[in-house]
Amino acid sequence: MIPAAVAVQRPPDARLMVVDATGQVVHKRRTDFPALVQSGDLVIANDAATLPASLFGIHVATGSPIELRLAGRRSLRPRDIHRFTAVAFGAGDFRTPTEARPLPPPFTAGDSLQLGPLRAVVRAILEHPRLIEVAFKGSPQQIWEGLARHGRPIQYSYLSDPLAVWDTWTAIASRPVAFEPPSAGFLFDWRLIDSLRARDAIFATLTHAAGISSTGDARLDAMLPLGEAYEIPTRTANAIDAARRRGGRIIAVGTTVVRAVEDAAACDGRVRAGHAVATLRIGSRTRLQVVDALLTGQHEPGTSHYELLRAFQDDSVLRRTIAQAEMRGYRTHEFGDSLFVVRGEGARQRPFTTTSDIPRGRLSAPASDSDLTAGHSG
Amino acid sequence: MADTSIRGLRIAITGGTSGLGLALVRRLLDAGADVAFVARGRSGVERVCQERPDVHGIVGDVSKKEDIHPIAIQVLGALGGLDVLVNNASSLGPVPLAPLADTECEDLERAFATNVLGPFRLTKALLGSLAAAAREGGEPVVVNISSDAAVTPYAGWGAYGASKAALAHLSRIWDAELAAEGIRVISVDPGDMDTPLHELALPDADRSSLKNPDQAAAEIVELIAARAARAPEPEAAR
Repeated sequence: MIPAAVAVQRPPDARLMVVDATGQVVHKRRTDFPALVQSGDLVIANDAATLPASLFGIHVATGSPIELRLAGRRSLRPRDIHRFTAVAFGAGDFRTPTEARPLPPPFTAGDSLQLGPLRAVVRAILEHPRLIEVAFKGSPQQIWEGLARHGRPIQYSYLSDPLAVWDTWTAIASRPVAFEPPSAGFLFDWRLIDSLRARDAIFATLTHAAGISSTGDARLDAMLPLGEAYEIPTRTANAIDAARRRGGRIIAVGTTVVRAVEDAAACDGRVRAGHAVATLRIGSRTRLQVVDALLTGQHEPGTSHYELLRAFQDDSVLRRTIAQAEMRGYRTHEFGDSLFVVRGEGARQRPFTTTSDIPRGRLSAPASDSDLTAGHSG
Repeated sequence: MADTSIRGLRIAITGGTSGLGLALVRRLLDAGADVAFVARGRSGVERVCQERPDVHGIVGDVSKKEDIHPIAIQVLGALGGLDVLVNNASSLGPVPLAPLADTECEDLERAFATNVLGPFRLTKALLGSLAAAAREGGEPVVVNISSDAAVTPYAGWGAYGASKAALAHLSRIWDAELAAEGIRVISVDPGDMDTPLHELALPDADRSSLKNPDQAAAEIVELIAARAARAPEPEAAR
């Protein structure tokens, strides 16, 4: 596949690969997405706005230049803004591929970092020498100002131009808590949301602090995704219950939505509203309890995003989608083309514990212009 | 049912260090709102923050494109969401006031940058949060501060009047379009007030004939109380 090298959120030629429940692949335009949504479906998006989470500065003890990429926070609460998990890089910026970046100096707990106007202390070195916990000095107001004024969006070498913050915010962007854009949401403009309503589908959101997608270090990359804080509004949890009762599908826009709702349902299959940190790692062995279909980007094997796709479809199907994406020149990364994948027949045994009264068949007929044959055929 | 008082509403106000903006900051804080305000000068922001330690002061210029997202990040960082946005910061255009024929293009541009583009950009950047508030059961409102100069063609008020007319019309279109999202956008003419802006425009005006900005603020607070509501408190953390 080809990296999407230009920061256009809704390129007019964006494509959408559709994989139905039987593993059949068809190719559409991304603007066709609403036609894949059926009456009664619930479309859930991540409304997190993206924090400019790349901070340049100095490791005070050695004077070495560093880039700190914030990657995790304990909660989304506004005043809980002092402590972050972060990945450190040495000199340079996004123009150098992450794997070619010089290493940061070795950190010791207690080290001071001066990041523009922000002063931070290394509280701990976590499971990798470049993965650290930092604590910012100052009031929440000073920290928010420092992040807003000094932070740059995290970006990678496949983009040639520096991103502006507005390039990284989806139309629905709400609280600035994501570290990288929940990019599946770039699909949305307000007219599209209106068109979902016109199809008698429900649009709902949750807020999930999407973490960073790549560090350039194999061992560190293998630890991704790190824990991600999220909040599921009461109304969204209720909408999930209601959609399941009526046999509507739960369509997640973005892997972060899958992670949040499956994490929230891990206890007994029922999605609870509230704050939590997602620690669930989703892969081929995950039994999805909530999500029926996923709209996401084009992901390459070996990434945590691709791992998550294995919960939806068999490897043989996914291999076929990759081959098709290669052959047809689909574009990867956050400004690239899209993939709509319906949970395969083999992956669909969800335990109906508290919701055993849910009818197993779909109530509404497939839309005539849809190639999907998905449903809750038990 | 959503609560219809001011208490607990998350409110952002631009131009919060003088005149109507400052009066609104004080009254909304007194009524129990969680308030963030924006102003250009750091010393003015710090002065208001010293007077009211319960307020969130943000330094920024809404007329500058590059300032909008840093302002939005700080508003949302401070408040954790948004129920009410008051676009109050205004520019007169040429000072002293000038007929259009004598108005420099740059002065006209500045008036539109502050009075139209700024509110448009900030509303757009905060729209996701306002829509989220509505989805969660609240009744979010955007209040755009207008003027009778937006309606009546007063000689000498060309840049200000034309830009406020644009803002008022923008408000009506926003309001029609955002009804489906549950967001109200209203434009309010607070009347001729005794404010630093009015003094810039008409230094020789009889101040006793002008409305006290605190009175205008009280009316807008009432309007917000009637129109805006915050969603019911979310469930406790798991």
